[in-house]
Amino acid sequence: MSMKNVYFISRCFAPHSARGNSTVSSLVLCAAILIALLIPFVVSSPSHLNLAVLVLMAAQLGVAWNILGGYAGQVSLGHAAFYGLGAYASTLLVLKFGLNPWICMLAGGLVAAVVSLGFGWSCLRLKGHYFAMATIAVAEILQIVFTNWDYAGAAVGLTLPMDKTGWAYLVFSDKTPYYWLALGLLAVTLLANVAIERSYLGYYLRAIKDEPDAARSIGVDISKYKQIALSISAFFTALGGSLYAQKELYIDPASVLSTSMSIKMALVSILGGVGTLFGPVVGAVVLTSIEEVTRASFGGSGRGTDLIIYAGLIVVIAVFYPSGLLGWWRARVERSRANLALGSKPAETHQKGAR
Amino acid sequence: MTLEILLQTLASGVLIGLIYSLVAIGLTMIFGVMDIVNFAHGEFLMLGMYASFWMFSLYGLDPLLTMPLTMLLLFAFGVLLYSVVIRRIIDAPMLSQIFATFGLMLLLRGVAQFLWKPDFRSVENSWVSGSFKFAGLQLGTPQLVAGIGAVVITAAVYLFLHHTKVGAALEATAADKEAARLMGIDSNRMFALAWGLGAACAGAAGVLLSTFFPIFPEVGATFILLAFVVVNLGGFGSVTGAFWGGIIVGVTEVMGGLLIGPQYKMAIVLTLFLAVLMFRPQGLMGKA
Amino acid sequence: MSLLELQAVTKKFGGLTANQDVSFTLEAGQIVGLIGPNGAGKTTAFNCVAGFYAPTSGVIKLDGHDITGLTPEACASAGVARTFQIARTFTSMTALENVTTGALLKQRKLPQARARALHWLSFVGLDRFADKPAGSMTISEQRRLAVARALAISPKLLLMDEVMAGLNPTEVREMVEVVLKIRGTGVACLIVEHVLEGIMPIADKIVVLDRGVKIAEGTPAEVSQSPLVIAAYLGDEQ
Repeated sequence: MSMKNVYFISRCFAPHSARGNSTVSSLVLCAAILIALLIPFVVSSPSHLNLAVLVLMAAQLGVAWNILGGYAGQVSLGHAAFYGLGAYASTLLVLKFGLNPWICMLAGGLVAAVVSLGFGWSCLRLKGHYFAMATIAVAEILQIVFTNWDYAGAAVGLTLPMDKTGWAYLVFSDKTPYYWLALGLLAVTLLANVAIERSYLGYYLRAIKDEPDAARSIGVDISKYKQIALSISAFFTALGGSLYAQKELYIDPASVLSTSMSIKMALVSILGGVGTLFGPVVGAVVLTSIEEVTRASFGGSGRGTDLIIYAGLIVVIAVFYPSGLLGWWRARVERSRANLALGSKPAETHQKGAR
Repeated sequence: MTLEILLQTLASGVLIGLIYSLVAIGLTMIFGVMDIVNFAHGEFLMLGMYASFWMFSLYGLDPLLTMPLTMLLLFAFGVLLYSVVIRRIIDAPMLSQIFATFGLMLLLRGVAQFLWKPDFRSVENSWVSGSFKFAGLQLGTPQLVAGIGAVVITAAVYLFLHHTKVGAALEATAADKEAARLMGIDSNRMFALAWGLGAACAGAAGVLLSTFFPIFPEVGATFILLAFVVVNLGGFGSVTGAFWGGIIVGVTEVMGGLLIGPQYKMAIVLTLFLAVLMFRPQGLMGKA
Repeated sequence: MSLLELQAVTKKFGGLTANQDVSFTLEAGQIVGLIGPNGAGKTTAFNCVAGFYAPTSGVIKLDGHDITGLTPEACASAGVARTFQIARTFTSMTALENVTTGALLKQRKLPQARARALHWLSFVGLDRFADKPAGSMTISEQRRLAVARALAISPKLLLMDEVMAGLNPTEVREMVEVVLKIRGTGVACLIVEHVLEGIMPIADKIVVLDRGVKIAEGTPAEVSQSPLVIAAYLGDEQ
């Protein structure tokens, strides 16, 4: 990875602020990459390594969701539909046809992308709230269908065999290969985001989000580009679902098609910063940490304490920090730089970085 | 399948549908007045159910008796929620609005789970338990009373909106907030009223349901989805639409269950929902 | 063959007739002003040409091709560009990125699109704003930015909706110069305008609408002397 690319990617932390910010961002990015690469060698306990894998998987799903939610501005609260489709498609292909798991994973992604075409054609023209509700409905319908579909294991679910392990089977007894797999998938999904941002698609999506009518007046077919964003998002979300299946070796409608899964995918981006490249990564780290801490301190008593904290966080972020942690951080940094530039502290201006 | 079974199913569909209407009325009012979709609406129902349950098991007071009090409590709670949270997101981007109410939904569920545990509760042997033969049909008394109660409250809301000054002010704010403001109507008060009223209606539905439906922290989840379908079908912002929409959804649900299979009930209703969203998004009587 | 032809364009909204049998032509490279009192139906006609409304009846032709009822994006591809009364610049982008988004219509490759965008940005005199966020510019600057963005799609016809509204005399003069420069590049302009001192001096032709109907069409001099036009304006409390 050339320094120019690192520089560019770090500018994605703050795509519109002045350049000075980017040296710090480049350093942070390099540090993050270094940490990510070192973790499997430094962390000894399997449960901690598993935690890291969970963070990576949550981050990847958030980044994939963000392609539609952040860049195209369509909030999906039913993305588990694509997650589940990917998991089920790849698992069924492996179990019933004995195909190579790598190919099955890709096939799962394609299945989700194709289904997203039907979904997009029917629902993308719906505005905001209506679209969000439509996504909930689709995911629910899918969950009901799979719960009653015997070929796909119905409510009992599907189990993948763990007798043969290795990269050819995408099944491992140790957590470490899963870590690399998850890291790799996250990297690929992030690169897809970067590729979109740098391309004409990125420009069009931003235009659609800012001023849909003005975008149409310069020739942008809104439905078409939103569909592209949706299909790409569905594809990567499905890959995440397949990874989950290969890791847990068991899937059922409750684990891969549930509304809570959909919420988590959206939440990770909201928390970190919708529409930013690394927002979902930040969000995933924070969210998974909260889950673990509450689980550890409240002993998983099923009393919903982690839900309370989680939910409280969502409300606070939605009301006070609509641009997420990253947006809040960016605004803070800009303000302190502005203070420094002016040489004295100006009166406290209340900045809400709302997009 | 005999005529009797058909009529039986139809009847139960209408009765449960009336409950759905009651829940949906609050949701549609809130949307009509301030263009916010309240994802936490099902939780008002849940709270109504629990209020009913606790007053029954701790003090032996029948749900029908405590319903006015529960409605009052929920009204106050709705206003409280509005002033503390919702007021701040009125002009926020839609994403924030969706997530604020969504977060409230999860928060209320979590608090309920924490305070009252996830166990299923029920109200046994209330004043309305038992069943009833009417015109050759076997109807559960709680369901019948619930249906009647829903109609009464819906009618009351309708009369309030169309025959009182405050109701007219509410409708005016829904039609055009700015114009209403110019005529001296305080939109903030109207919003708070809408929330209070909406919460009270959903709470009432909860009380009526508590006599025959299991009570647990996540109970709001099924009803919120159904409420969305009703509001969508009837038209966002239309109380009359919510009334008829509820009945249609109730009937569709049970008929679908009868004809295709009970495990697919929800899927059928949701497919109807998607169809309406796609082909007639403004619903039967909506303001789109 | 005229560049733009409106043939008996009628637009009704329910019971309200906003345009009734409006017909006029516009030749390549002309500046045509569309004026009239409030509620005359100017913006309606405008939106019909730009594809934001579909006429109830009538035909709109661009360069001989029928564009009646095409979507806004299809009209843009056909060669119709437009600005809005509120500039509607893309506030999450810099000025250059705004114009680049326009240039992408005809030039998918980013480096080339950016180069074309820079050209149009200089054309309207905003090149020093290239890397500044669009939201940080003044209203008049954002309007010029919107014009540059519209020009970047290489249109044959540019529709401008009250570009001079609310501008001070200096800004009006700057905008007039931009419009003249645009004509110099061969792009025709159809301008809806209330600021008559801006449009009358530069238009080749003026079309006057009143209450949905065309009441005059001719040179600025002819039109300003038409008794119908004078009556229409005097009757309207301006």
